[in-house]
Amino acid sequence: MKLVENNNMSSHIFTHLDALESESIHIMREVAAECKNPALLFSGGKDSIVMLRIAEKAFRPAKFPFPLVHIDTEHNFPEVIACRDKLAADLGERLIVRSLEGSIKRGSIVIKDPDKPRNPYQSVTLLETIAEFGFDACMGGARRDEEKARAKERIFSFRDEFGQWDPKNQRPELWDIYNTRVHAGENIRVFPISNWTEMDIWEYIAREKLYIPKIYYAHEREVIRRGNAVIPVSHLVQPKPGEKVEVLSVRFRTVGDMTCTAPVESTARNAQEIIEETSTTRITERGATRMDDQTSEASMELRKKEGYF
Amino acid sequence: MSNTTQLLRFITAGSVDDGKSTLIGRLLHDSKSIFEDQLSAISKTSEKRGMAAVDLSLLTDGLQAEREQGITIDVAYRYFATPKRKFIIGDTPGHEQYTRNMVTAASTANLVVILVDARKGVLTQTRRHTFLASLVGVPHIVLAVNKMDMVGYSEDTFNAIVAEYRAFAAQLGIHEITCIPMSALNGDMVVDHGDNLSWYKGAPLLDFLENVVIDYDVNTTDFRFPVQWVCRPQTQGYHDFRGFSGRIESGEIAVGDEITVLPSGRTSRVKQIVTFDGNLQRAYAPQSVTLTLEDEIDISRGDMFVKAAAMPQVSKEFEAMLCWLSESPLDRNRKYIIKHTTRMVKSLFSRLDYRVDVNTLAHHEASALNMNDIARVAMKVQQPLALDHYSKNRFTGSFIVIDEATNNTVAAGMIA
Ligand SMILES: Nc1nc2c(ncn2[C@@H]2O[C@H](COP(=O)(O)OP(=O)(O)OP(=O)(O)O)[C@@H](O)[C@H]2O)c(=O)[nH]1
Ligand SMILES: [Mg+2]
Repeated sequence: MKLVENNNMSSHIFTHLDALESESIHIMREVAAECKNPALLFSGGKDSIVMLRIAEKAFRPAKFPFPLVHIDTEHNFPEVIACRDKLAADLGERLIVRSLEGSIKRGSIVIKDPDKPRNPYQSVTLLETIAEFGFDACMGGARRDEEKARAKERIFSFRDEFGQWDPKNQRPELWDIYNTRVHAGENIRVFPISNWTEMDIWEYIAREKLYIPKIYYAHEREVIRRGNAVIPVSHLVQPKPGEKVEVLSVRFRTVGDMTCTAPVESTARNAQEIIEETSTTRITERGATRMDDQTSEASMELRKKEGYF
Repeated sequence: MSNTTQLLRFITAGSVDDGKSTLIGRLLHDSKSIFEDQLSAISKTSEKRGMAAVDLSLLTDGLQAEREQGITIDVAYRYFATPKRKFIIGDTPGHEQYTRNMVTAASTANLVVILVDARKGVLTQTRRHTFLASLVGVPHIVLAVNKMDMVGYSEDTFNAIVAEYRAFAAQLGIHEITCIPMSALNGDMVVDHGDNLSWYKGAPLLDFLENVVIDYDVNTTDFRFPVQWVCRPQTQGYHDFRGFSGRIESGEIAVGDEITVLPSGRTSRVKQIVTFDGNLQRAYAPQSVTLTLEDEIDISRGDMFVKAAAMPQVSKEFEAMLCWLSESPLDRNRKYIIKHTTRMVKSLFSRLDYRVDVNTLAHHEASALNMNDIARVAMKVQQPLALDHYSKNRFTGSFIVIDEATNNTVAAGMIA
């Protein structure tokens, strides 16, 4: 919101970012007011960093009326985890971390190959964490422009006692009067930034000067090429015999599981340059970077039905 | 005061298979808003199904069940931008069974594109969706007469459908309709004019969407501020801070303005308008802000701040138009809760006045309310609500009805 003052007459310009921001603040306050025990899922990625700023706008000068929760696959980029911890500490908010390792020890997750992508298992640990703390609402940073199943989901998405989404029988969601009522054991997932696009996120990061993990900006990185994908070399991904390690200038459009998140070639070193690149890109955020979503046409829908965000 | 925004929310509606999803696919495709990986994914699927060309409806029909059946079940939201505007599109289902999902999308839309299949003309579902769009107050209507390729691009066919549709809409008091002939399949009149409809002198759909003047629906005169959340930091430096957080639904507010708190009727003055980005002298709808007051008065979530010069009606009884959305019919033995702005109250249906026949708009006696029924009712609530007529204020004139036993949202209501 910019205020232009002239001769005592004040005119104001309400941009599309202001409109999106106000909608998201309104959603978070509804959650805080109506849900008994909500949580904000916070991964240290760009979308959840935008959510943190929205939460500041919704609740400061008070503390957040909910904890931050991260379901850690232990396949995360170290820069992202560092950013997660720094932001939570800077804000002085409570951060709860639960890792897949805990579920593996309990036996609720059985992993065949520890180096394979772990996103599918996140739902298990998430549901266990929801049960452990008795959360009745979890806010997540998913956006409808990311994926075709997400494009179908309500802002307040009801989940049964197994955490499952029933896409054929969603609650009507009229105006912005949200129905937050659930029975004991059920919960809702709330997506305050549903209507934001990747471009909106970058414009907001630039406008608000948000601190984000530096791997979102162009940097030199060792990668290997597998099929069409460029995969970052890490302790989890080592070149196979015959594979060549290259050093490229890349940035990440999403920061997920290290074993299946591919960077894109880029020279954009700040948010403004990323905005310029984003406006000319011909590939979606997930299409460019998430190998796990391409395995089947309905992989996101299936995961959501199992309790994924 | 100027209030510019570049965001237009629109939806497609109309009967089953009239081409709503295809139109959105075409719009995205021809405005170069489809990404390469999306296009290659739907091309592969189309090929697998033995289709000659890419089925653009697959872009929005994202659920497995939708793809299996070739129909839309629930709304899909899509986003695209041109240099002139940002758009949020809702692709709604035509099937009567899923009408509630169409109402969901319509409730936040600035504009609706009603599609008609040129071979079939105006159908019951065309009328139902038009009626619902007018009931929820979608300000702009476009009639898209689609599949013109299947009627030889006939101007007479187009004119006949337009005449029939206008006659129906006039009964609803809708007179401003933009009518466009098109072929969503081939792209005529979607983004480009094309060669087949040279007799049509109007602009293609995208042109219209980019240029239509959206009167913002925001009521700029009547200040309405439902309290969402009481902000009590109780931290160093803020021990006495008591702020009332919410969104200005209509009108504006300035430091020093006198406000009335409803339903109590107590008054005070605005001391500060607090935001994370600093305090403001004045704020407008639809900003989210936190207000502090000069006086210590008892205020909690669900209360509403207004100005004495423009008061809503405060009442425990009111009349409303209702869309029944639930598969289980209204049961007067059950308990229903109303959520109106930020307040939830117990309610009773004291009268069912009439049901509306969506084809003829005739009023019928109503003894029951079933899914998709639209009715006029009288309601009583346990605590007073601050109400505006829906036609004056979309935010303080609307409510939802929740079944207390199942927690489902069973109806959408508009104060009449
Ligand atoms: N010939 C022709 N066929 C079209 C046109 N537009 C759509 N179709 C076809 O009509 C059929 C139905 O199209 P959809 O876009 O799925 O229809 P819909 O209105 O979204 O259907 P629901 O969402 O289920 O109500 C498909 O086979 C389309 O290819 C058109 O302009 N011309
Ligand atoms: Mg459809």
